[in-house]
Amino acid sequence: MKMVMAIIKPFKLDDVREALSEVGVTGVTVTEVKGFGRQKGHTELYRGAEYVVDFLPKIKLEVAVTSDQVDRVVEAIQTAANSGKIGDGKIFVYELERVMRIRTGELDGDAL
Amino acid sequence: MPPATAHRPALFRLAPLLLLGCPLPALATAAAPTPDSGDTAWMLTASLLVLLMTLPGLALFYGGLVRSKNVLSVLMQCFAIVSLVTVLWISYGYSLAFSTQGMEAGVINFASFFGGVDRAFLAGLTRDSLTLSVPESVFVMFQLTFAAITPALIVGAFAERMKFAPLLWFTVLWLTFAYLPLAHMTWAGAGGLFWDWGVLDFAGGTVVHINAGIAGLVAALMVGRRKGWPTQMMPPHNLALTLIGASLLWVGWFGFNAGSAVAANGSAGMAMLVTQVASAAAALAWMAVEWKLHGKPSLLGVVSGAIAGLVAITPASGSCGPLGALAIGGAAGVLCFLASSRLKRRLGYDDALDVFGVHGVGGIVGALLTGVFASAALGGVGYAEGMTMATQVGRQALAVLVTCAWTGTVTAASLWLISRFTALRVDLEGETDGLDLALHDERGYNL
Repeated sequence: MKMVMAIIKPFKLDDVREALSEVGVTGVTVTEVKGFGRQKGHTELYRGAEYVVDFLPKIKLEVAVTSDQVDRVVEAIQTAANSGKIGDGKIFVYELERVMRIRTGELDGDAL
Repeated sequence: MPPATAHRPALFRLAPLLLLGCPLPALATAAAPTPDSGDTAWMLTASLLVLLMTLPGLALFYGGLVRSKNVLSVLMQCFAIVSLVTVLWISYGYSLAFSTQGMEAGVINFASFFGGVDRAFLAGLTRDSLTLSVPESVFVMFQLTFAAITPALIVGAFAERMKFAPLLWFTVLWLTFAYLPLAHMTWAGAGGLFWDWGVLDFAGGTVVHINAGIAGLVAALMVGRRKGWPTQMMPPHNLALTLIGASLLWVGWFGFNAGSAVAANGSAGMAMLVTQVASAAAALAWMAVEWKLHGKPSLLGVVSGAIAGLVAITPASGSCGPLGALAIGGAAGVLCFLASSRLKRRLGYDDALDVFGVHGVGGIVGALLTGVFASAALGGVGYAEGMTMATQVGRQALAVLVTCAWTGTVTAASLWLISRFTALRVDLEGETDGLDLALHDERGYNL
């Protein structure tokens, strides 16, 4: 099993959610986050006082998938979240040791 | 219809007036004045409009400009100041400002600066007392609202760090030794320093705006910078509140300026018109300069410009014409922008909400240009006998200098005195947590 974590642009969330449904993903966790990468922040100006805002709002997606799903999921996110401009985000994939569905106690593959 | 009191003997109606003295020049020549219901209705309304400027106008204007953790502290300060000044005003404030005891035209004595205490607790005020053609009670109320907004303007300078109790003490001292004498010098009538100099200050360019603006500058220096200023980001937390506040200030300002005619007449009408024109011109001017220099026009810019224009037209609103208002507004928009954005950074004083940049600079620009645009050739009412544009501008400049020196000294001395007894600002922890929690155990937003 893998955990796919993606940082994407907020306005791409709906597209990504649809793309994930199409490849069979049944659950996603979404968090509003802030961060910086290669994309420069923006400036705000109040009566001549200029502030550079480094931390831009992004969306963090977390999707737990089976190992055979992972390539399709990563591809779906990459396609849907791509605007072609700097700041589109990144996708991280890491190993997932255990999963349990709280209501039934089902484990791993059954719990996904 | 004249009220019933008009049938009383003239001397009876004049008596309260004699007690008050003759605060305004028209009185000197007026035969037995009678109450005028039209004038009275307007002055009742104007008093409400000026009160609206502070509560909630100025409070919201400032409240939106601070960070969310300090929003309640500035609202609280404005509200408490209005209440405190009201009590001080009827106790001794009105008397020190408007009592004419000891005043002699052309003579500089103690009474040129301070009124007597003969009107303390509004002694002698009855339902029949008149000021010009309105009940004196209305005049007391109208002037009270001016006295209330002036110290409230200053809180923008040391916002986000000043402690509450020292602020109240400061309000008492500053009102007593800065506001009351300046109001007396300007408006109490012949024998007042500025009055005898022929200074033109219709609605309070020196008394209110330069007075508060310089006090703000001195207070910002003495209280010190906010922690992290100017490197740390301290953006306004809600510019929509600021816009609502500024709009209420704009509307209320018609009471301030047009009400200063103390009559519902042509002078009030023209004051209203020039006030609108100057505000709009300054809003556009600030917006244009900011657009040119920074690439984008901003809401805060256009709103700040409108306030700068209102400040600058205040002393001129009784003497200039619409074209003069256009020029005064335009000049104020540009110069106040430069003061608030460039000068503050260069000199490094943390006047948090630009009390000096808008009220100080706008007040000085307005006071000086009042001397220019009073000229009949430029659409103004013309100069008093023996005055020219040069001499009038000279008198205006002199009044500006005296006001700056006076209020600067009183502000510094008051804060120094208070700081002997208690710290002026909250400790570092309180400043970080925000004044709302540190001083009031409340939070502006429990979302």
